[in-house]
Amino acid sequence: MAAVHGDVHGHGHGDHHPTGIMRWVMTTNHKDIGTMYLWFALSMFFVGGTLAMGIRAELYQPGIQILEPELFNQFTTLHGLIMVFGAVMPAFVGFANWQVPMMIGAPDMAFARMNNWSFWLLPVAASFLIISFFVPGGAAAGGWTFYPPLSVQGGLGVDLMIFAVHILGASSIMGAINIITTILNMRAPGMTLMKMPMFVWTWLITAYLLVLVMPVLAGTVTMLLTDRHFGTSFFNAAGGGDPVLFQHIFWFFGHPEVYIMILPAFGIVSEIIPTFARKRLFGYSSMVYATASIALLSCFVWAHHMFTVGMPVVGQLFFMYMTMLIAVPTGVKVFNWTATMWQGSMTFETPMLFSIGFIFLFVIGGFSGVICAIVPIDIQVQETYYVIAHFHYVLVSGSLFALFAGAYYWIPKWTGRMYNETLGKWHFWLSMFFFNLTFFVQHFLGLAGMPRRIPDYALQFADFNMVSSIGAFGFGLTQILFVYIMVSCVRSGEPAPEKPWEGATTLEWTHLPTPAPYHSFETPPVIK
Amino acid sequence: MSTSKINLVMLKKLFIFTVIMFAFGYALVPFYEKFCEVTGINNLLQPDILVEENWVDTDRWITVELDANTTGIPWDFKPLQSSVRIHPGEPVDVLYEIRNHTDREVNGQAIPSYSPRLLERYLKKFECFCFTKQVLKPNEVRQMPVQFTIEPGIPADVHTVTISYTFFELPGGQKAINDK
Repeated sequence: MAAVHGDVHGHGHGDHHPTGIMRWVMTTNHKDIGTMYLWFALSMFFVGGTLAMGIRAELYQPGIQILEPELFNQFTTLHGLIMVFGAVMPAFVGFANWQVPMMIGAPDMAFARMNNWSFWLLPVAASFLIISFFVPGGAAAGGWTFYPPLSVQGGLGVDLMIFAVHILGASSIMGAINIITTILNMRAPGMTLMKMPMFVWTWLITAYLLVLVMPVLAGTVTMLLTDRHFGTSFFNAAGGGDPVLFQHIFWFFGHPEVYIMILPAFGIVSEIIPTFARKRLFGYSSMVYATASIALLSCFVWAHHMFTVGMPVVGQLFFMYMTMLIAVPTGVKVFNWTATMWQGSMTFETPMLFSIGFIFLFVIGGFSGVICAIVPIDIQVQETYYVIAHFHYVLVSGSLFALFAGAYYWIPKWTGRMYNETLGKWHFWLSMFFFNLTFFVQHFLGLAGMPRRIPDYALQFADFNMVSSIGAFGFGLTQILFVYIMVSCVRSGEPAPEKPWEGATTLEWTHLPTPAPYHSFETPPVIK
Repeated sequence: MSTSKINLVMLKKLFIFTVIMFAFGYALVPFYEKFCEVTGINNLLQPDILVEENWVDTDRWITVELDANTTGIPWDFKPLQSSVRIHPGEPVDVLYEIRNHTDREVNGQAIPSYSPRLLERYLKKFECFCFTKQVLKPNEVRQMPVQFTIEPGIPADVHTVTISYTFFELPGGQKAINDK
């Protein structure tokens, strides 16, 4: 961002880095790379969001008006893939790049050059996904989970998707290795593991989950590729394979993946709530253990995504109880946040509003998750809008709200400029209103039996769908406000005070000037 | 050790772990196969035991449609009768025919598929060509029996069911998928 760029000269480290565009292409600075991750994620958020607007426009009324069913299927598929792999995950990696070194007192990431590679793989993968709309047969259309047989039968678009997933996986693994090494080896003297900020803890555990499951996803898509082009039959029943096997392997990756997308959100919220409640985080060590148990449990619940494949009752019961068990450490976290706020002297700036909104709505998503875990109910709501409502409550009002909270919280540190507080509050309240307008009614649609991924629906679903679409358009437009707030903050925001949040206690606020210098902590701070 | 050296050791460890996890994804394939075999899930390719004096529900008729497909194998494959009408519980024999229309020896394996899905629970096969690998010499023709029954417990609203087989080629020397 511009302000960081402008700040370089004041510090006299003799930087001879290239200027202009090459500065960004060649950079190995964790702050530059973090910035690029965040802008990339924001642009992908708008690409994925545009697809969502297309979906909701088609579903505004019953019948086929705007998107032919084939194109509608491509929209739902790419919306999911782009939001998961292009928006949410890179955004959290962007936060990790900016914050992890500053919060543990390290000068940079452990492998600065690899950090640059892992970012520049992303635009390549993203362009594969976007180009796939324009190849013969169009983009992948079998859902973001790309189940066979559809993903074995599809055209060139599926191959592009497979390569994109390979590249995104490689990028994530490199990023995760970098983060683990940075956190384990480069902490400032005195910063023991149990003194690390919660955001760093959640990212350490997330990074371990990434190296655990991303290679399995790479293996899965490789099997798909060889099934498609090299005559193997891993998933093709008419060749001795088994399509249900795909679901098992995919969800072995897929369930930890949903925690990869929420644990760093927990971390961001765990930094913001204590700051604005002006109290220490309640139950720090229980937060650490809860995060670790969520990560561990997440590896043993995958089959709850596939209760209807015809698995034995014993299997269903095992996965049902394991899934419900996750509610325990998650509950610990929610109660800890609540207890942190208890009797705190709270103020409600935009980051705090988004964090409280996060807790409120994430709990709703968590509860509908426990409901979906119950086998007989899941069999009823499988592949309906109830599931859509559930995971948008945890991903949009969960992960995305935490990302907004983090952006508002740290932008003064990053740029040295304040965002417009009034507009920030507008952004929050409009997002809150339109989000619930969009997704709350989808619970009712799902319970009434409206199937997901279908461009048309029966007439009795018309009213709720219209409400949901209006909410979605409102939510989409509101996000343009976010871009406006961020861009005007970076370009012409009021200069931020040295410590804009008086309750902040982590290293980047207590030991670094605002804005953070281009090179920070070249001599490590000493933590008492 | 300097920091960068420690970092490189860490990088190496994590990279090896990543490679292991990639291999683990592939290892899940034989693992699931073994798991299903041990627990008896998905055992469409194992013969069921014929129980003598099975109760036959002579009041009901079920039409069994027979279907045959091939994928990537140079054989003609067809049932000798397109459907049979049976009483639930009554054992019945049907014949399928395969013809190798090439001048090379070809190994094939058939995979069954049932419709409706709940048929799997009530269909008992005592004899089936799908239990073993089939080897056909050049231009050989073979007729193969399937002996089965549908248990009378099948829900009363089921009047028509379909049993479908798909033959695919096994590369020379490859074991049939249920030869352990």
